Amino acid sequence: MGNEKYTDINGKAIGLECQRHSSFCTEFTVSSPKVSIGKVVVYTCFVWLFAYAVFFFTDNTAVLSSAIIITLVGMMLYIHFVKIDHESLLVIGSLGIQVCSSYASGREHTSFIEMSRIKDVVINEAIHMHHIIYYLCILLRDPADPEAVSSVVPLFQSSKPKLNCLVKVYKSCQEIMSKC
Amino acid sequence: MVLTVFFPQCCNRAPSGLLVGRWLARGDSAVVLAVINYPFIPSTTRWLQVSREIGKTGFSCQLLPGEDGGAGQQLPQKEEKNEEKMEGGDTEEEDRVIFVHYDQRKVMLSQLHPVETPAQPGSEEPSQLRQVFWTVSHSGPLFLQDKYDEGPLKLSHWQSEGREASILVELMRLASTPLCLLLAWLLVGWSWVTSTRVLQLSPLHFLSSKLSSCVQFSHRTDHMRTISSTHTASRHMHFMRKANLLVSVLLDVSLGLLFISWFYREERLTRLMNRSLDQVLGRFFLYHIHLWISYLRLLSPFLEVILWYGGLSAALGLTFALSLLSDMLALLTFHIYCFYVYGARLYCMKLYGLCSLWRLFRGRKWNVLRQRLFIGTLLFTILLFLLPTTALYYLVFTLLRLVVVLLQGVLHLLVDLINSFPLMAVGLRIFTPYRLAVKYRVLSDEPGTALHLMMEMNALGLADVVQTYRTPTYSCYPPDSWTALLRKLFVGELVYPWRHKTTKTD
Repeated sequence: MGNEKYTDINGKAIGLECQRHSSFCTEFTVSSPKVSIGKVVVYTCFVWLFAYAVFFFTDNTAVLSSAIIITLVGMMLYIHFVKIDHESLLVIGSLGIQVCSSYASGREHTSFIEMSRIKDVVINEAIHMHHIIYYLCILLRDPADPEAVSSVVPLFQSSKPKLNCLVKVYKSCQEIMSKC
Repeated sequence: MVLTVFFPQCCNRAPSGLLVGRWLARGDSAVVLAVINYPFIPSTTRWLQVSREIGKTGFSCQLLPGEDGGAGQQLPQKEEKNEEKMEGGDTEEEDRVIFVHYDQRKVMLSQLHPVETPAQPGSEEPSQLRQVFWTVSHSGPLFLQDKYDEGPLKLSHWQSEGREASILVELMRLASTPLCLLLAWLLVGWSWVTSTRVLQLSPLHFLSSKLSSCVQFSHRTDHMRTISSTHTASRHMHFMRKANLLVSVLLDVSLGLLFISWFYREERLTRLMNRSLDQVLGRFFLYHIHLWISYLRLLSPFLEVILWYGGLSAALGLTFALSLLSDMLALLTFHIYCFYVYGARLYCMKLYGLCSLWRLFRGRKWNVLRQRLFIGTLLFTILLFLLPTTALYYLVFTLLRLVVVLLQGVLHLLVDLINSFPLMAVGLRIFTPYRLAVKYRVLSDEPGTALHLMMEMNALGLADVVQTYRTPTYSCYPPDSWTALLRKLFVGELVYPWRHKTTKTD
């Protein structure tokens, strides 16, 4: 759907996929850009050159092997715990909202919030470093006091999309939630 | 209104029949438990017709009006399932239905993650998902007997492979009650001994509250009391706490036995350790002050004995050995503590004097006897030149003290970890990973059928498990932040290692 180009707050292109399963069930997937091969090469070269320099002065081969191990382990940890490939939001009317973020290694982290706990979905404004950004968040209802908000769950945290993307998601969320 | 139907996966291929299930409280969702394949259709209040077209995999669903619709929604109701009969049906109606498939066995065995809190009288009804879990987990008796298949009444549902049991488990179950009673009886005796008047007198009481092995002992008594209480654990949280405590006590004791077997097999090691410890400490003290040599001399014959019998206390658990070690460390390095206190007091006083004299020196302080200004200035100079010496002493002793405190802190943390780590919960999480949050997956969206979702069990993260099931610790946190600690050190106030929390948080 939609041929609009979406970007994140730093101006990098991101993809928004909108899958309508039914009139009250929609899935949004925001995919972040892939890791560029140049970046990987630069980091690897940096570590290895450094290791080689140390090796040159110390004549200790353990430095080189440890550099290899550090690079490999670092990459694995990065794709398993840091790099989020895409984040998806499954809105099911009358049932709830499911937030899922999948890492580059295939690991998925899913959490489901029931509709009875959700008060509203809003776009919020925040100051981040030196500029103002917008983000989508779910307001959770306080079980003790139905009018109060107990906590806020921010959405699309790793790929921070710009406002136009958020507005699109927000509108369909509100449409579904008002129906049920 | 969107109708949500929770449908067990195992009934997907069942022949036509009646659905057995329950309408949930608000009436817009239903849980199906089983299908009865029985020709007779009794008349009931509200009908839900689930049907499937030939050649399609998805269901469609209709709500049929009954004679007195809406009455008695809490009761288990029967719904009709009518396969291979239904024609197209109007699409608008079908759009408003969600089918959620679930795996009956997993839902039955699982616990929904934020473990149930006791419902307050004023609060609203439990959420939809919780009701689903409750219903499914209470439908157990329906499945435990497999008699349905013999008569004309046939039921398709998830079949358990009979009751699982082992002789060992049954024997343990039988033995547990008398064991618990015996333990409780022993504990009553023990608490009577500890509550006698003699032990409540001030010096003994104070001493026992400071010795970490005594503190550990009282914690362990509490634990045993929890384990041996004869009430069956009614709520999941209680059960988990009991199980966690039991497993951690067992682990503790087995670690302790392991420690003993290692410690006493290498007899020579202990002797060598004692001798060298003696020498090292002796030399260390010779370096400082002769008085402490005599203290150690006095102690050294006992040291070996203490080590020998102290090691035996590991039979009660490794935590006992560790806290005993911590106590012994505190006793052996008592002189360091003393030096530290002398040094700190001296330094503190000197600093204080310098401060006040500095104000005098600058003329900020109103002095009635003006002629004292000269003496004050003189004193200030003397104090200023003496300060580096004191500061150096203070520095050395503080560093020594800090090393001791650090060691003790590490020991405390270890003991605390063993005491409070929810081993049982983590083990359950690793070996039977449904315990749980829920995750939905969209199955198919064939046109003309309702939306089908698959409810999957999503195991809880390890960190969440540890956080939820952690036994309340009696732990000690460092009383100050780092900056406050540094400031205190600089000013020369006394720094104490740990502040015990007086109330345990539950």
